[in-house]
Amino acid sequence: MLEILLPALLGGIGLALITGPLGCFVVWRRMSYFGDTLAHSALMGVVLGLLLEINMTLGIVVGCALMALILGFMQNQKQIATDTLLGILAHSSLSLGLVVLSFMPRIQIDLMGYLFGDLLALTFTDVGWIYLGAIAVMLVLFKLWRALLLTTLHEELAAVEGINIQRTRIALMLMMSLVIALAMKVVGVLLVTSLLIIPAATARFYSNTPERMALSAAAIGVMAVLAGLSLSWLQDTPTGPSVVVSAFIMFLASFSYRQWRQPAH
Amino acid sequence: MIQTPLVRLQDVTISINEQTLLENIQLDINPGEIITVIGPNGAGKSTLAKLVLGLLKPSSGILIHQPKLRIGYVPQKFHVDPSLPMTVKRFLRLAENASNWEQALARVDITHLASQPLSTLSGGEMQRVLLARAIQIQPQLLVLDEPAQGVDVTGQAEFYQLIRSLRDELSCGTLLISHDLHLVMAATDQVLCLNRHVCCAGHPETVSNDPAFIHLFGDQAARALAVYHHHHDHHHHTDGTIAEGSECTRQNHA
Repeated sequence: MLEILLPALLGGIGLALITGPLGCFVVWRRMSYFGDTLAHSALMGVVLGLLLEINMTLGIVVGCALMALILGFMQNQKQIATDTLLGILAHSSLSLGLVVLSFMPRIQIDLMGYLFGDLLALTFTDVGWIYLGAIAVMLVLFKLWRALLLTTLHEELAAVEGINIQRTRIALMLMMSLVIALAMKVVGVLLVTSLLIIPAATARFYSNTPERMALSAAAIGVMAVLAGLSLSWLQDTPTGPSVVVSAFIMFLASFSYRQWRQPAH
Repeated sequence: MIQTPLVRLQDVTISINEQTLLENIQLDINPGEIITVIGPNGAGKSTLAKLVLGLLKPSSGILIHQPKLRIGYVPQKFHVDPSLPMTVKRFLRLAENASNWEQALARVDITHLASQPLSTLSGGEMQRVLLARAIQIQPQLLVLDEPAQGVDVTGQAEFYQLIRSLRDELSCGTLLISHDLHLVMAATDQVLCLNRHVCCAGHPETVSNDPAFIHLFGDQAARALAVYHHHHDHHHHTDGTIAEGSECTRQNHA
């Protein structure tokens, strides 16, 4: 029992520790649709990994980063609004991934696993990858914290104060791509964004500083993983959705609590 | 005495996507001098501010900043998403060299706002917070891009007075972009009237008598600014837009 549960537990916790703080930026910068589009394109990354016979996680990171670049480029035109563009790219890349996969009949992949995640199928190698990625993201977040906060508040003000906006933006994109790649196995393409935004949004109700919100989001994410995993283990429910449902219940409880109590600023 | 300007623009032209935003701009910003930039919408006022801030590069011409120039910037719009919890104090301390944040808050009379979240501030309060943040680094150059938007007339007058006294204390050069003609005029040393190029420039009273200025803003505005009454013998639109074919004189300030 421990052989199955331990990697799931460790992997889930490691992931929640970074999706929380990174998710705060997704919430603050109103990037949840952007994150969703990146996540949908992750399946293309899987295909890329299979075609080039490279590591799957690397394939997904490259796929997501490419998508982020394409989006950045396409946003320069004015005819089509960003949310339309995001919707088009999200669903098209997911469909394209599925179509291309069907041309590779010899390859057996667990599609449901990619779409909704399978936390219990996590191996210790996967866990190793998650922690390696988590440490990298944490270091970058720590180093760029002030730059990220200032650019989130006002890009030009940040630039005047000597912050390299372009570099900060690219760093954020790459971190999101990496976290999405790592989160794929845990909650799947369709649910990745929830792990970024639900803990962060829940943490907002208890925070009066950005740092506190980031740490609370990490803690709430860890609690959601623990609760979801227990539910899945005891009731044989799908793990990814169980984690998301647990996070949602915490959000709902916090939201209701703040509705009749003075909101935190 | 010959001063080195903090920022010097020489024949600066800037085009983005084959559209000329500013043409042949000459401008020196000297220490202790307030320069107000006025002009209609789309005249390139914000573009000029961005050039001075170093956020844009000129397509041609020369733009020189004094080395290691400390610039305090008060941006035009500052919207904080309510999902981002941040107090005024924390916002000021987010600057690189923020040891003077308490004095800065006291100087603009908003010490009481220190623990307020940014997203709950009124327009006037936010304006002072941004000003406090700009002056806490003891700037040599202060750039304010339409800082008084959404603030009532009394508040604006007080704000410009505050900028004037800050200039005296810090002896910083100040570039002020503005819409509010008559309020600004009282607080400024130089006026730069902009409409893609420098239409006219000089002391407020000189500018208010300049035909180019009257062309651009209409004579009601000019009369409000004029120190003495003036006469003119040409025609222009009542809304202050430039009449077709009318020419602006190019009188660049020394």
